[in-house]
Amino acid sequence: MNQASQEQTALSAPHILEYDYRRSLGPVLSRFFTGLRAGKIHGIKTQSGRVLVPPAEYDPETGEATTDEFVEVGPGGVVETWAWVESPRASHPLSQPFAFALIKLDGADTALLHAVEAGEASQMKTGMRVTPRWAEESQGSIKDLSHFVPEAEGNADAPHPPAEATTDIVTPVHVEYTYSPGKAASRYLHGLKEGKIVGQASDSSGLVYVPPRGACPRDGVPTSREVEVSSKGTVVTLTIVRVPSENIKVELPYCTANILLDGADQSFTGLLQECNLDEVRIGMRVEAVWRDPSEWDYSSENIKHFRPIDEPDVPFEEIKEYC
Amino acid sequence: MRDVAIVSYAQTQFVRSERNQNEVEMLMPVIKEAVDNSGIPKQEIGFTCSGSTDYLSGQSFAFVMAVDAVGAWPPINESHVEMDGAWALYEAWIKIQCGEADSAMVFSFGRSSMGETAETLTLQLDPYTLAPLNADAISLAALQARAGLDAGKWTERDMAEVAARCRAQAKSNPDAQVTGDFDVDKLLTDPYLVSPLRKHDCPPVSDGAAVMIIAAEGAAHKATNKPVWIRSLEHRLDSHQPGGRDLTTSPSTKLAGKAAGVHKTAVDFAELHTPFSHQEIIVREALGLGKETLVNPSGGPLAANPLMVAGLARLGESARRIWGGHGSRAIAHATSGPCLQQNLVCVLEGE
Repeated sequence: MNQASQEQTALSAPHILEYDYRRSLGPVLSRFFTGLRAGKIHGIKTQSGRVLVPPAEYDPETGEATTDEFVEVGPGGVVETWAWVESPRASHPLSQPFAFALIKLDGADTALLHAVEAGEASQMKTGMRVTPRWAEESQGSIKDLSHFVPEAEGNADAPHPPAEATTDIVTPVHVEYTYSPGKAASRYLHGLKEGKIVGQASDSSGLVYVPPRGACPRDGVPTSREVEVSSKGTVVTLTIVRVPSENIKVELPYCTANILLDGADQSFTGLLQECNLDEVRIGMRVEAVWRDPSEWDYSSENIKHFRPIDEPDVPFEEIKEYC
Repeated sequence: MRDVAIVSYAQTQFVRSERNQNEVEMLMPVIKEAVDNSGIPKQEIGFTCSGSTDYLSGQSFAFVMAVDAVGAWPPINESHVEMDGAWALYEAWIKIQCGEADSAMVFSFGRSSMGETAETLTLQLDPYTLAPLNADAISLAALQARAGLDAGKWTERDMAEVAARCRAQAKSNPDAQVTGDFDVDKLLTDPYLVSPLRKHDCPPVSDGAAVMIIAAEGAAHKATNKPVWIRSLEHRLDSHQPGGRDLTTSPSTKLAGKAAGVHKTAVDFAELHTPFSHQEIIVREALGLGKETLVNPSGGPLAANPLMVAGLARLGESARRIWGGHGSRAIAHATSGPCLQQNLVCVLEGE
């Protein structure tokens, strides 16, 4: 593929960022979340006597510590303001049209944010009274309070009280992207698709970067000229991994090495295999082992790993700048 | 206090989706333009600070990779804030005030188009009681808009008028994204997006980058442009719990504005970082800006809203307008967090 047509096909791919945070709650929020599991909503009194819901360790108006006096509020309350979500997102608490609302629970001085299920927007009104619905199964989170409904629909029975306190919560993070890596990385990936490792040379210094990101990090200038580098290179540093972790598909222990490919001025991280781990060393000569061409994609996984080749080691003096 | 001025500013065109360039590729030409116009050799710029968030692209350490666009060799004195570039400017300004640098480069970038912006922003919420509900940025702004409608502080027509005026003003800004003449009566017949917000009340999704060079007196006079002096720079914040404050007012903007001395003399215009139409009404009130004050001549965030950049762009657009001879004193404002939670106010003055 020539460069002009490559320019027209800047790549993009789906990318999902997903992980859980586990957080300890501390005494104030622990009381709040333990209460939710039993169908009770607790606020906390400030030194001036206001009741904060959700409770906080401090009074946001003064910065002073709150008292240790918890107050049970609600369960009913009044809608202070609301937003009607006609087309809920997959991440929203309810899948049918609903309202997000700020709800001032009876006995509270601040409002709690939550969802209200009311069927349609015409059933929502500022000042309306609402009452909670509890989750069928406790998750130990704000979602133990499933949502609110108009009070006319009647109060729900409280769920069974918990055997023990909720002291921490898990907050899952899930964010979806369509990632586009830009011109330089797209050109690099086009090269890999054809079984080539294509770096880019700095417009100022001529240094060749692999993989390229479009800029010479030394000078902040573009790297316009493409330079195909060799599949052979020299180990400039390495580590032996003996600890298992998620996403690692290789058998333990294994060697990860930074490899300076012939023709490049920046080292490249690769997996070193087909060798005895006792013999891997700085200066060792290696080559890329490619997958079968029928499997090549726009991916660095086209290179299965690197393996040693029968060439003399490169003296440390010649590669020390990269070590 | 040292006198510090904006000596140059450059920004990309703000677009719905920048698919062909990564962050570094977007930044390089604007960094070069800003440095060239500053009159200060790049090696002499004493401090570099960026404002961005890795969550926009889902790439950890994207902010570190972005430094490639600066050319950080020999090693530079550099920092980053996980906030709009306006707060990176604040850090740089403090650095100069402390005498640790005489000049600084501030940059910010964001490609919001790669994710679902309104959902990505839920990651900035209280992780215990708010984030798990995934109350997206548009829904939270809608709660604020309804609170003001109920309180009689504004009407849906007032909101549509803000949107129409900003997008008409944006016609003269080549970098703006949503521009044109819109009929308010017609806008009001559109369906709600998240009631009471219609599409026109919400900012566009925008990609872009911006770079500003600031310098203390002395260095400031070497630039191509005349210095635009930062007369004051203040920021304050409100509670992160939207239910713990009156959403129809912005006490933090008012406090920051008072500390910045915005009421002392008249200004020729203001650039306000108000992504939702009703928020312009709130910030105008907090800063005491009447109907006679020209607000967001650039079009503001309703015309282009590159996340993490749009606040810094308010200061940059103000400087550009002063350089263009369309006024000599301006207020620039930046916001961060849900429902105008954090606010920065700056008074700018030409020579």
